[in-house]
Amino acid sequence: MSDATPPAAHPPVTDWVHDFDHTDPQWTEDPFPIWEELRAASPVVHTERFLGCYMPTTYEAVREIANDTEHFSSRRIIVRDVRPEVARNAAPPITSDPPEHKPAKQLLLPPFTPDAMKKLEPRMRAICNELIDGFIADGKVDAAARYAKYIPVRAIAHMLGIPESDSDLFINWIHMILELGIKDESKLLQAVQEMSAYFRTHIEERRSKPTDDLISYLMNARDKEGQPLEESHVLGSLRLLLIAGIDTTWSAIGSSLWHLAKTPGDRERLIAEPGLIPTAVEELLRAYSPVTMAREVVKETTISGCPVKAGNMVLLSFPAANRDPEMFSDADKVVIDRRENRHAAFGLGIHRCVGSNLARMEMQVALEEWLRRIPDFRLDPAGTVAWSQGTVRGPRQLPFLLGKAM
Amino acid sequence: MAERLRVHVDPDKCQGHARCKALAPELFELDEYGNAHEAGDGVVPPGLEDKAWLAKSNCPEIAIDVIEE
Ligand code: SF4
Repeated sequence: MSDATPPAAHPPVTDWVHDFDHTDPQWTEDPFPIWEELRAASPVVHTERFLGCYMPTTYEAVREIANDTEHFSSRRIIVRDVRPEVARNAAPPITSDPPEHKPAKQLLLPPFTPDAMKKLEPRMRAICNELIDGFIADGKVDAAARYAKYIPVRAIAHMLGIPESDSDLFINWIHMILELGIKDESKLLQAVQEMSAYFRTHIEERRSKPTDDLISYLMNARDKEGQPLEESHVLGSLRLLLIAGIDTTWSAIGSSLWHLAKTPGDRERLIAEPGLIPTAVEELLRAYSPVTMAREVVKETTISGCPVKAGNMVLLSFPAANRDPEMFSDADKVVIDRRENRHAAFGLGIHRCVGSNLARMEMQVALEEWLRRIPDFRLDPAGTVAWSQGTVRGPRQLPFLLGKAM
Repeated sequence: MAERLRVHVDPDKCQGHARCKALAPELFELDEYGNAHEAGDGVVPPGLEDKAWLAKSNCPEIAIDVIEE
């Protein structure tokens, strides 16, 4: 890939309000005080980095943008250093704008309804227990690397009908696309090409031997005119499901376990009242929302009184919206029995995450099984917690000691 | 004084987050795409008032109305 742009250097941020950078190590480590500073300055802030980028800091500004498909396009969904030509069918429907968006989304919705997810639950429970069996006797574990990471990857592999044993391959592609790819074009292109080749092989296989998985489902789908989807659409949607299905939920499960490891009160309460887990999952989703999406301003407009100009990207931070004290009382606190919780962790508007029901089920099962089998755990003071950078936020290294403290 | 409550989902606003169905399964139904509508005529049976308000306050799209009749 010698023709691709080399990775760019990002000087450290000294002025967050006018020069923010969501890939800065300080942001990666602890973004919460930074968001507070930005929100106090303005409902929409701007940086010259990433070829010009806005960030809405309030729930209201995020909602306005998410619902405004006239001025904001979804064709680019990651804020990066470069803006190459938009590929057709990059990852529909997340990269689709109206009117193409609706049919592409409706195609993917039925396999992800809450009822469909209920059928998947026993498999998820089995996966979680298999993973726990692998380390429970060791007394310590990296809960991100050996537990959280493999739950969503194996779930989506199961749904797509591709081998769960290829998980590490998928995880590497995701890392190249969502983290390294922000600054290094060649990594992103390489991963996309490898993924497409991988899926093409599976599509070929199913031509002679149809299956009942999501790959066959997409191959058999017909549009309103009765035509099959273009191959680029099938490939784009498959890439989307794999990319969106893994990193996000891995991060959400990891952040939840991180919270419970350092908050014994919450952990004990969930063990005593497992019925509270679904409510707690919503609060953990609010407080540690993993996903920040992007939009591109295609027409000048005003958001929460702030003018925004075409040609800029938007860092559509659902996590920052979820920490807005105007929307949530004690927004900076994790209140595991919070009753009123309109959080935006899965996005708002037409691009609401297709996999939200899957993610919720995975989180619930992952926490239930973990707490049932490992009621006592804490952060290992000898280890370091490391967080991912950029588009999806979650712990990548989560050293725990298991069992009661001596 | 309100005699009874009725729930209503605005189909143009609903994006299928399914929070209503999770919190008040008796009051909402989902279609094949996972989008919600009120069950039956939307009248809230006695005892389920709290669930109706809970669904309303947890819908991220502000798509649910609770009407006091
Ligand atoms: S919670 Fe709101 S958006 Fe979600 S399904 Fe119910 S009405 Fe629709």
